[in-house]
Amino acid sequence: MSVQDIMGVGIMVLGTVFFLAGTVGILRFPDAFSRLHAVTKADNLGLALIALGTSILAADGFTAAKLFLIWILIAVSGAIGGHLIARHALRDKS
Amino acid sequence: MTDPWIAFDLTLAGGMLVVAWLALASRAAFQMIVMFMMFGILASLSWVRLNAPDVALAEAAVGAGITGALLLRTLSSLRHAPKERAPHWPIAMVAGVLSLIIVGALGAALLMAPEASLGYDRAVAIRLDQSGVTNPVTAVLLNFRSYDTLLEIAVLSAALAIMLMLGSKPLSPRPLGPLFLPFAKVIVPSSVIIAGYLLWLGASQPGGAFQAAAVLAAGGIVLILGQHYDPRARDGALIRLVCGIGLAGFVLVAIGGQILTSEMLRYPEGLEKTWIVMIEATLTVSVAATLAALFVGALRKGTTA
Amino acid sequence: MILLPYLATFLLLTALVGLIRVMRGPTTADRMLAAQLIGTSTVAILLVIGVATEAPALFDVALVFAILAAISLAAFVATARSGHQP
Repeated sequence: MSVQDIMGVGIMVLGTVFFLAGTVGILRFPDAFSRLHAVTKADNLGLALIALGTSILAADGFTAAKLFLIWILIAVSGAIGGHLIARHALRDKS
Repeated sequence: MTDPWIAFDLTLAGGMLVVAWLALASRAAFQMIVMFMMFGILASLSWVRLNAPDVALAEAAVGAGITGALLLRTLSSLRHAPKERAPHWPIAMVAGVLSLIIVGALGAALLMAPEASLGYDRAVAIRLDQSGVTNPVTAVLLNFRSYDTLLEIAVLSAALAIMLMLGSKPLSPRPLGPLFLPFAKVIVPSSVIIAGYLLWLGASQPGGAFQAAAVLAAGGIVLILGQHYDPRARDGALIRLVCGIGLAGFVLVAIGGQILTSEMLRYPEGLEKTWIVMIEATLTVSVAATLAALFVGALRKGTTA
Repeated sequence: MILLPYLATFLLLTALVGLIRVMRGPTTADRMLAAQLIGTSTVAILLVIGVATEAPALFDVALVFAILAAISLAAFVATARSGHQP
């Protein structure tokens, strides 16, 4: 096992911790808005770490670029989707 | 040493059973749709585990993505949210017995199948170099058994034709606010690039026309939902032409192949790759337009049913 | 590297636990939010399987998931009508 492998896998393990946190948040937080907060954090950070770890292990420029695009897409739809869902939930309240 | 994936596979199989049960047991339509999408996601993962990335790609694009969006759109145009009552017990009994028979038959078929004849891998591998492409799945779908693909396009076109004839409640998306524009600015160009990439990939690796079309349709649906493009304000004839050109083009290819090689859906020798790429590109645009049109519903103004 | 299959299993388990929120709701926003988290977990699972089994084709599957997650979200927000559904 090279240093590269250990680093990659380590970063990915860290990423799964964020997914766990997101799932705990969505189950335990009291209302839609605080759950929203939990999910958007997990989405962005967890996937960013997993993608980073994966590109370290894959050690290939094209793959890394593709993984970056995947992360951008999820981050954009996570951020703006979170905003849209919040609007939706707010309108239902009023 | 045991296979380290066995825990994953067992979790996945158990999860699929649970999700399938939840999708059927839910009484509210919205929950059913979300569960159906979740099932699509898990099915795609299971295709990945079965070493079939082509099917996983199709399941991700069509099963989990586009179908979910179509179902949500259908739900939005129903006047009352449908509530399903529990079926009477004789119907439930008959359905249960029939399902068990099918499960039994599938299990028996799996157990009795001779090991050597699993799949067409060898037959395809022998003739792969004649097909013009290096991805065996594309070779089968667009050369050796292209009439299957032709029939799929025909089914899709028929669905659109029926929907245009019946008419539907026009799509009236809610205003999505100022932040939707930057969202569309990222998603739409990415969808075009990814569709092109999948199409190009299809010749040598998992990818292909239907997956590319689903991704392209996703970009189109984002444009329509953000009201950046209103198909009903445009020329309906042009839209219908684009939707129809996939099927029409494929039929023309079939007839052309008949004339040139005296065999239906056989491409002229040496030019297979050109023909397949041309067909796939046309199909991508046409199927994408058809899927987006199915999402929009009635194209003509005033066709409310 | 032997860790990766278990990492994927762990991610799958967190995703499946998230289903509880899809069932419980109570609002459509809650259900869709949980579905979004499960979708993202799936992308992460695909990346882990892809690198563990050296199958780069899975990154393309993840790419398709990523872009289609965006449209199911947009379709939901634009078409969903009522907050409270039992």
